[in-house]
Amino acid sequence: MLLRTWMISWKEFIQIFRDARTLAVVVILPVLMLVLFGYAINLDVRHLKLAVHDQDRSQASRDLIGAFSRGEHFDVTAYLGSYDEATEALDRGRVQAALVIPTEFSEDLAAGGAAPVQLLIDGSDSTTASTAIAYANAIILQHSGKISAGALRRRGLMVHAEPLALDTRLRVWYNPELKSTNFIVPGLVAVILMMLAALLTSMTVVRERERGTIEQLIASPVMPHELMLGKLVPYVIIASVDVVLVIAAGKLLFRVPLVGSPVLLLALSAVFLMAALGIGLLISVVSTSQQTAMTVAVLATVLPSMLLSGFIFPISAMPAVLQWLTNVIPATHFLVIARGIFLKGSGLSLLWPQALVLLLYGLLMLGLSSLRFRKRL
Amino acid sequence: MTRPETFGQAVTVENLVKRFGDFTAVDHLSFSVSAGEIFGFLGPNGAGKSTTIRMLCGILAPTSGRGNVIGFDILTESEQIKERIGYMSQKFSLYDDLTVEENIEFYGGIYGVPAGRLEQRKRWILEMADLTERADSLTGELAVGWKQRLALGCAVVHEPQILFLDEPTAGVDPTSRRNFWDLIYDVAGGGVTVFVTTHYMDEAEHCDRLGLIYAGKLIASGSPQQLKERCVAGTLLEVHAQPVMQALDVLAQEPAAREVAVFGAALHVVTDGEAGEKRVRAALEGSGVTVGHIGAIVPSLEDIFVALIEQADRAAAGVGG
Repeated sequence: MLLRTWMISWKEFIQIFRDARTLAVVVILPVLMLVLFGYAINLDVRHLKLAVHDQDRSQASRDLIGAFSRGEHFDVTAYLGSYDEATEALDRGRVQAALVIPTEFSEDLAAGGAAPVQLLIDGSDSTTASTAIAYANAIILQHSGKISAGALRRRGLMVHAEPLALDTRLRVWYNPELKSTNFIVPGLVAVILMMLAALLTSMTVVRERERGTIEQLIASPVMPHELMLGKLVPYVIIASVDVVLVIAAGKLLFRVPLVGSPVLLLALSAVFLMAALGIGLLISVVSTSQQTAMTVAVLATVLPSMLLSGFIFPISAMPAVLQWLTNVIPATHFLVIARGIFLKGSGLSLLWPQALVLLLYGLLMLGLSSLRFRKRL
Repeated sequence: MTRPETFGQAVTVENLVKRFGDFTAVDHLSFSVSAGEIFGFLGPNGAGKSTTIRMLCGILAPTSGRGNVIGFDILTESEQIKERIGYMSQKFSLYDDLTVEENIEFYGGIYGVPAGRLEQRKRWILEMADLTERADSLTGELAVGWKQRLALGCAVVHEPQILFLDEPTAGVDPTSRRNFWDLIYDVAGGGVTVFVTTHYMDEAEHCDRLGLIYAGKLIASGSPQQLKERCVAGTLLEVHAQPVMQALDVLAQEPAAREVAVFGAALHVVTDGEAGEKRVRAALEGSGVTVGHIGAIVPSLEDIFVALIEQADRAAAGVGG
């Protein structure tokens, strides 16, 4: 009966709006989380501290150091007198990399041979280290190209237009500046909504159990599916407001472009919310106290959404079992949707499989909650 | 709403049992309640009153036995029962964060009361419960007496055929209890069967019929008058004697005093006629106790209940030994 479902929703709405705590969770928590995570999780490798131990002290060595310090990737923060000082600076973590230029550097160059230089990199943070290596290689490659060309020119040889056999013209699509915030923020939207949604509904049934209001309710003709649906609807609406809030904050604070359709993003967010809210509802039905429900809701949503959804760690790099497991996590599917719409401007023609999975997920949760809810004490 | 043929019985229960683990809360209970009467379910705390009422309302599954409420089976047709009954649980269970009016509207909607009718019912309930001026107050801010009346109102918003009240006046002051019983009479006056549990003896006197429950068993049933006549065979004496405890010891040895119990500052003694009264007086005077007034009294329900519980305990001890 539709009236009963509506009555439950109406009652739930009133209760939400009279409860300052819930309202605070709804309004403040998502924006706070976005700001904290958005600024904290930054995968860009910029301004790495570089120590230099220049034994050569020649024009050539100064040119090389200049090549490193010109870009935004490395900042030369220390000129050190000995090799030991350089290694100590790395040990103590004062610098992330050290460039050692040997005494024979300019002589080797003048002789026309290969001039070795040493670059020490702190590999304890492997992600940063591998990025740093890539940057350093690029700088050195470019610099040695310049030196070779100069040497040839000095010998009176002309350099032709195509010195290399293969010429890669690299173009990065969707996120041309490779800004990690563009990658992180749409993912954060998924993680935040997942946690918030589950948290909101995880209270709703168990609260009635704790306060004793459940007894009057189960003595009434209201059916489990009416109760579950009635409780879900207000939260879908409220959490949709959060979607707008989080997306707006993402655009304003982090300047993440929204290439695709905002309407489609909202619509598919609502589908995702159904699934997330459904998980919270099921937790609420099974739990015996609000405390347990809250803990379970946070653990069951935050950790998997952060670690296994592809939010930060690429799914393709996971072991096969984990890769399979990622499909069980709603955020995995919504991440594809969010990044697709935000960065690529994808439409429903591409994203419908994810949307369908989330829709079925939501219905499954609603069904399980209704089945598990007993109209008995 | 159509009511199946109930042969004038609103509730019938046969061998109803409820066990929680090793504990038997309700032990082979059988009784019936006629349509239109106020049936009082009387017993001390923990006797199984709430458990029984919850089974009848379909929110607790019996371990075994059968039951029928207004023509529907409590095992298989609990949802049909729920549509047609009103239930007020022992613990206040309306929404504290909804206003008085919102609670009425919520339960009206849940029970499918049409909007127009709901408006009428709401006005009636507010008036009946004297809550008209507090319609917009948050329910949580009401005093206990008001809350109980609102709970009663919400339980009858859909005009049920039978109303189950579980300790409706627990924790309420005597004046409010008196008012509350006036409301119960109001509801019953409209033809509604009322099934009410209580452990207040004075409230039991308000009921048309009583069931006395002790340790999960029904130990007596009937109208208050019937119980008084049937259960105490003999004469009940009120005996004033000092010191009371010494008098109690003396009468415990006296065969003419069939039952002795301390009742306030006096003793209640069951004996047989005037001859018995004389032998009780003689026994006391012979023992050196200061004897005051001795006279026959009409037993109260409390006397009956104490007597019945003692009988039940003796029977249990007899079986156990």
